[in-house]
Parts: sequence; structure tokens; C-alpha cells
Amino acid sequence: MEIMQIAGIGIIATILAVILKEQKQEIALQISIVAGLVIFLFVITKLEYVVEVLSTLADRVDLDFIYFSTILKVIGIAYIAEFAAQVSRDAGEGAIASKIELGGKVLIMVVSMPILMGLLDLIMKIMP
Amino acid sequence: MSVDLIFKIAGIGILVAVLNQVLDRSGKGEYATMVTLAGVVIVLMMVINMISKLFDSVKTIFQLY
Repeated sequence: MEIMQIAGIGIIATILAVILKEQKQEIALQISIVAGLVIFLFVITKLEYVVEVLSTLADRVDLDFIYFSTILKVIGIAYIAEFAAQVSRDAGEGAIASKIELGGKVLIMVVSMPILMGLLDLIMKIMP
Repeated sequence: MSVDLIFKIAGIGILVAVLNQVLDRSGKGEYATMVTLAGVVIVLMMVINMISKLFDSVKTIFQLY
């Protein structure tokens, strides 16, 4: 099953990273980055399938496509920001990690702005 | 699928660590830093095109154009 392979890759990469921890922190860090990448590229086909099923569901409910694509964008931005922030936090750079997360939050706000505007318009219409 | 990349990077890391020790013991400190730099640059090359592959796939999946 895939989960065995994922767990195996993770454990092996952790061991290799620990081996290289004292002499070469930088290469140990890159091993952990590559391990994260391999596991994600491994899972991505499943993710694509889930996204397609969700979008067909959204079409069936004839939900406006902008809402669904905004949700996807927010998830994508959040995932990449979290990936980069976690990598830099592993390397001990908490400051850089928090800056990356700040950037992610701002970008998510920017992406979700049209929906916010739509909501405000709706509220204005409802108010007497 | 690219699991061997992890082993390749680990191999380079161990090689660089050993070479560093050898060069340090034999008194050539500056070559040791050169070897370290070269090792890190090689590993960075590999990691960078894998990261770009990840970002491309995330871009296509989440429609983040």
C-alpha cells in the first residue's frame, strides 16, 4: 500500500538527515526538503483525483465557479507557505518562517477579496 | 519515483563530510571549505529543480496562475 512506502521514505530520510546532522547541517536540511518533496509528489495524483471529484460536485450543485477556485487557490497558497515555513523553522530560522507565513496570510487575503466584496454587497441588499 | 535522489544527496553529504575531515587533518583547511561549497552547490542544483517541479504541479492542481 502507498502508506508503507511513504512511511519508509520518511524514516529512511530522517535517519540519513540525522547522520549528517553534526558535520553538514546544510545537506541534512536539504535531505529533509527532498524527502518532503518526494512524499508530496507521490501523493499528488491522489490529490488531483480528489480535486476533480470536488469540482464535479460543485458543478452539479451549480455553485459559482469563482467560489470553488478561490477555495483551491487559498489551499494551494496555504500549503506552499506552510511547506516553506516549516523547512526554515527546521533549520532554526524562526524569523524567516514567520515572514513567509505573513506573506502567505496577506496573499490569501488578497485572493479572497472578491468574495468578501460579494458578501458585503449581499448584506447591503438584505439590510432594509 | 525519485527516492534514489535522497540516497544520492546523502551519499554526497557523507562524501563531503569525510573529505572535509581528511583535508582538515592533512592541514589543507581552505580546500576543505572548497569541497564543502562544491558539495552544497551540487546538492542545491538537484533540490532546486525538484522544488520547481513541486511548484509547477501545485500550480496546475490548485489553479494558482
